[in-house]
Amino acid sequence: MADEVILLDLWSSMFGMRVRVALAEKGIEYEYKEQDLRNKSPLLLEMNPIHKKIPVLIHNGKPICESLIIVQYIDEVWHHKAPLLPSDPYQRAQARFWADYVDKKVYAPGRKIWATKGDEQEEAKKEFIEILKVLEGELGEKPYFGGESFGFVDISFVTFSCWFHVYETFGNFSIEKECPKLMAWVKRCQERESVFKSLPDEKKVLEFVYFLKKIFGIE
Amino acid sequence: MADQVILLDFWASMFGMRVRIALAEKGVHYEYKEQDLRNKSPLLLQMNPIHKKIPVLIHNGKHICESLIIVQYIDEVWHDKAPLLPSDPYQRAQARFWADYVDKKLYDTGRKVWTTKGDEQEAGKKDFIAVLKVLEGELGDKPYFGGQSFGFVDVSLITFSSWFHAYETFGNLSIEKECPKLMAWVKRCKEKESVSKSLADENKVLEFLQTMRKNLGIE
Repeated sequence: MADEVILLDLWSSMFGMRVRVALAEKGIEYEYKEQDLRNKSPLLLEMNPIHKKIPVLIHNGKPICESLIIVQYIDEVWHHKAPLLPSDPYQRAQARFWADYVDKKVYAPGRKIWATKGDEQEEAKKEFIEILKVLEGELGEKPYFGGESFGFVDISFVTFSCWFHVYETFGNFSIEKECPKLMAWVKRCQERESVFKSLPDEKKVLEFVYFLKKIFGIE
Repeated sequence: MADQVILLDFWASMFGMRVRIALAEKGVHYEYKEQDLRNKSPLLLQMNPIHKKIPVLIHNGKHICESLIIVQYIDEVWHDKAPLLPSDPYQRAQARFWADYVDKKLYDTGRKVWTTKGDEQEAGKKDFIAVLKVLEGELGDKPYFGGQSFGFVDVSLITFSSWFHAYETFGNLSIEKECPKLMAWVKRCKEKESVSKSLADENKVLEFLQTMRKNLGIE
């Protein structure tokens, strides 16, 4: 009996994109169901009653929530192809640490860059650039965070790259200038089919943010 | 050659306690090094340069940070005894989800209970109790969150029980009254030697927080 895989997602979510990339890496067929977060569907509320957020993966009727937990689940179930986490426990712990770092650190200052102005925005910019530099330092000379192969940390962070144009536009800075090695890594990842098929066009994301600012009344 | 295992920790930390329990469950011998968080040691800063926090596990010279990542590492390395995570990928994803829920929700709501007063504290109390009730609902009629055996979610949550007396005192609430099944689970867990030996004394925690409140200027 074939697997039934459904993804509840929002096209612009860097968290949802992680799941799309993971599913693509593993060659898994699935049904994508776009969600309206201002009018949450009964299915979303049933499948994620605790957080009521996307992404949610529904595998043969059973929900899995939280993007990094979903990616690990995908890696474990479809373990015969394109391993995302290392097999060594210490390397695995390091991969989880850096994906957790991305989760804890990147989103909030990034959001402040497009949603605030003045001093608050300037501080968020500084913080954001510092965080990117820490990540660039961790990447070092490796082609991927995972080493020779694209892996868990790469997936957790590359999805933010389609939002870089937003951060640069509103923050008036160049990520290429601040973190050239990181941008080289972004380009390298975007050559992978799983990545370029899963990330939306950065101009569409920018348009979307202009729209969000309008409806939230942020000038 | 014997394993060298060192734990950098702080006696009152519910996050550090998780690691202590996991090591005890696995029967791993280790050296405990108490850390002064107001005067961080060179070792701590070297082993956790990113977050500069405890706990840090140092295994044969290599460091692992973030309590839930450490517990998973311990479970994977010392896999021959007392498994903490389920073997089934779906159950494993559920265990990670609930441990993540504890991490995202309990500390911050609890913090409001002991660091604020008046309306802010009342709101914090309500949120805190709501989180405990969700957890109690998830426990249901199972002896442990893991089902028949003590596991990952149990480890992630039981350590907060050493702070319950403090939350109850400062918040003027009774967790037994609000969540009797959860308190029954707490008592059940404390019968395990790994737990009773690893939890800080609740009266010492209360004294410690009373001092912290004074230092923070909260009456």
